[in-house]
Amino acid sequence: MTQLNELTLAEARDGLKAKDFSARELTEAHIAALEKARVLNAYLLETPDRALKMAEVSDAKIAAGEARPLEGLPLGIKDLFCTHGVVTTAGSKILEGFEPHYESAVTHNLWRDGAVMLGKLNLDEFAMGSSNETSAYGTVVSPWRRAGSEAPLVPGGSSGGSAAAVAARLCLGATATDTGGSIRQPAAFTGTVGIKPTYGRCSRWGTVAFASSLDQAGPIARTVRDCAILLGSMAGPDARDTTCADLPVPDFEAALGRGVKGLTIGIPKEYRVEGMPAEIQRLWDQGAAWLREAGAEIREISLPHTRYALPAYYIVAPAEASSNLARYDGVRYGLRVPGRDIVGMYENTRAAGFGREVKRRIMIGTYVLSAGYYDAYYVRAQKIRTLIKRDFEAAYAAGVDAILTPATPSAAFGVGEKASADPVEMYLNDVFTVTVNMAGLPGIAVPAGLDAQGLPLGLQLIGRPFDEETLFAAAQAIEDAAGRMSLPKAWWA
Amino acid sequence: MNAPVSPKKLIKGGLHDWEVVIGMEIHAQVTSRSKLFSGAPTAFGGEPNDHVSLVDAAMPGMLPVINAECVAQAVRTGLGLKAKINLRSVFDRKNYFYPDLPQGYQISQYKDPIVGEGEVLVDLPDGESITVGIERLHLEQDAGKSLHDQSPNLSFVDLNRSGVALMEIVSRPDLRSSEEARAYVTKLRTILRYLGTCDGDMEKGNLRADVNVSVRRPGEPLGTRCEIKNVNSIRFIGQAIETEARRQIAILEDGGRIEQETRLFDPGKGETRSMRSKEEAHDYRYFPDPDLLPLEFDQAYVDGLAEGLPELPDAKKARFVSAYGLSAYDAGVLVAERASADYFEAVAKGRDGKAAANWVINELFGRLNKEGLSIEETPVSADRLGAIVDLIGEGVISGKIAKDLFEIVWSEGGDPRQIVEARGMRQVTDTGAIEAAVDAIIAQNPDKVAQAREKPTLLGWFVGQTMKATGGKANPAAVNALLKAKLGIE
Repeated sequence: MTQLNELTLAEARDGLKAKDFSARELTEAHIAALEKARVLNAYLLETPDRALKMAEVSDAKIAAGEARPLEGLPLGIKDLFCTHGVVTTAGSKILEGFEPHYESAVTHNLWRDGAVMLGKLNLDEFAMGSSNETSAYGTVVSPWRRAGSEAPLVPGGSSGGSAAAVAARLCLGATATDTGGSIRQPAAFTGTVGIKPTYGRCSRWGTVAFASSLDQAGPIARTVRDCAILLGSMAGPDARDTTCADLPVPDFEAALGRGVKGLTIGIPKEYRVEGMPAEIQRLWDQGAAWLREAGAEIREISLPHTRYALPAYYIVAPAEASSNLARYDGVRYGLRVPGRDIVGMYENTRAAGFGREVKRRIMIGTYVLSAGYYDAYYVRAQKIRTLIKRDFEAAYAAGVDAILTPATPSAAFGVGEKASADPVEMYLNDVFTVTVNMAGLPGIAVPAGLDAQGLPLGLQLIGRPFDEETLFAAAQAIEDAAGRMSLPKAWWA
Repeated sequence: MNAPVSPKKLIKGGLHDWEVVIGMEIHAQVTSRSKLFSGAPTAFGGEPNDHVSLVDAAMPGMLPVINAECVAQAVRTGLGLKAKINLRSVFDRKNYFYPDLPQGYQISQYKDPIVGEGEVLVDLPDGESITVGIERLHLEQDAGKSLHDQSPNLSFVDLNRSGVALMEIVSRPDLRSSEEARAYVTKLRTILRYLGTCDGDMEKGNLRADVNVSVRRPGEPLGTRCEIKNVNSIRFIGQAIETEARRQIAILEDGGRIEQETRLFDPGKGETRSMRSKEEAHDYRYFPDPDLLPLEFDQAYVDGLAEGLPELPDAKKARFVSAYGLSAYDAGVLVAERASADYFEAVAKGRDGKAAANWVINELFGRLNKEGLSIEETPVSADRLGAIVDLIGEGVISGKIAKDLFEIVWSEGGDPRQIVEARGMRQVTDTGAIEAAVDAIIAQNPDKVAQAREKPTLLGWFVGQTMKATGGKANPAAVNALLKAKLGIE
């Protein structure tokens, strides 16, 4: 019999329903798996006792015929979501030991629907990074390796712990967040599926903020269906977040079978970036061919302001971050390093509490908002943001239903390979994903093949605002055509 | 506001006359049950940090949600200032580090405030009126409070006030003397209290002023200004302006230059001192708060609030003058507090307005002032004061007896009519009774009668004797008429 942790979330759900196994057994299988996988450093905190208690409640509910939508399904939680009574660090020393007295809206929704929490997942510090190497608690090692090599690879970031844990079967699915690609890039690097829903689909309440106008929660899981199931529970209106849309949550799972017949899929020519590996181009062409064969019309489109998206993103996101992270001052919670006076305490606390990348972004953000530079940087970046949004609106107005692009410009790279390089080289990882955040649109990354070294590559589909259903349908078509991604062998166990 | 300044407002320096130019930023705490962006209560007092929500403490992942009541209060205030209401406004973050500012930024409104230009009509004690331009009104969060006196080595922070809604009301530099400045704040406070949008309690810090002061020779361009922060009484506002203007004049007359800076007023020492210079000024890095959507509402919402507004002091004053025939001065005194105006109207209803105003202003206010009581604390209700006025009007008691009666009602309470009856205070208008008294006095004082015929001013003596004989209750007019007839005086 398959190990229970090898099941997809949908299979596990059906197995629990059929009473093939208990929630306790399913949870125990995961606890055993993650204990053997500590070398991956995916979990910052394991919560087995809590998980087993939740599983027991689930078994009772199932026995009573009162199973909720995610009853008994063990999940990992990115450590950016505040969890009541469970330490939440955002991957930073400055929040070491911080125990929230509240539960984030997204995780609350998951527990409301019966899910089981296995623990808190590693991430880039404050979600700032594309490789998980900026975590104050050590890099996450990808479960994937290049063929014939034992060199550790990055799982991508910032939701690297989430992606690695899902790929390594250390949870059935995981929560993640995406500010510039932090769900889709690690999903692509690990052969998993990740969706960043439309800005406003999930409440941001109780999720540690990076860049408020871009941050959005979403799931990473092993199949498109699993993502649809999870997003259905995570999403929903919340009066505590003014930017959260007051819209009903559609039945995403029901949309999976819609197919792509009659859909128009746009191929933006501006995403053919200089120096893009031939493998990526081939994968992209293959994806278009699959969708055409499934009945979609493929149309080349233009999104002319694409090339300005990355520089504009690296103004807007650090600007918001520099302000959002001002609250970590050592006065009320988290780390405090004493100083000669209050300013000394601030300086010592923040110098010791924040890592290099976070400091870099705070400095960039402070600079672009400062008097004399605001108009040259922040105001212009916002104008570009509007233009990027208009590019997409024009494409959708012209009849395009979804847009197909590569998810990343390359497969996963080695740990340390880019860490010492020019930070811009790291930022280029987000070149295909940031436009989506800048425009507030939904985007899904779905695995579509392996590169010559045996590493997964992903495609991205971008949808209309609040039309995640079309994305799920199209992503399902790609998954069906590509065949389910094989998972990395458990070399760590 | 470009009229030449009146010479009497100029300040005499050693060398020249100087004109002082003042603009004010008033911070008025919005009257609301909960804070601007959190559900925490705004109640004054409580133990430190009793009224603090997760949002106020800026816990990770907490988000602000605008309080609709605070928005309505700001719009009402804007309407009361005859100002433009902006149907779309934006909340910005003003970034700086301070221990009592938990978020590391204050949510305020920078480029797009909720209320635009308006004006306030200010009456000065000499009867003159000036119009002070309002530049804008915006909503913002208050900070918490740092406590430095709890421990020798540590500062403590109380976040009860953190996040409470403030309205910052910015005037144009239209004020030309400390007297005008005091009158402006007084009037603004009156308007806010009428509207019920701020209680104007300066002792609790619910209304405080940043005062911008500069001086110039009449006719010259504006001088460099200094901002005096956080002045918390109307008297201190006047003192701070006088002190600061004289400091600037002394520097300029010595050939010096004014440095633009922020200063603090020390009422104890009677001086202003530098807090920070322009170079040390914060770079607040304002930008639109991405946690909050722009604040938008429609004209119908504004119209609905306008319909619910009470009559404001200017309109009330005009009505008191036209409907009750009051002098502008008396009307101004009565409308300064809504409660006083309401009290007056209750007394004046169905009675002679001028008489009612006299009794309210001279007797009641005089007595309240003496006792340090507010109109809300008066022991004499409007009904009872009205009854006293009625008793005079009906000729039941004289004005003099009425004062005694007022005193009894003030200190003992009771219904004035019953008191008059029970204590026999009714004035005697029965001519027969008065005549008997008059005849008796004439009969007893033949010499005085003879003198009075030569010297009519002696009539007063007879009046006094008659009043004495009747226990003060005789109707003075009747006594006068009778005496004149009997003594043969014209």
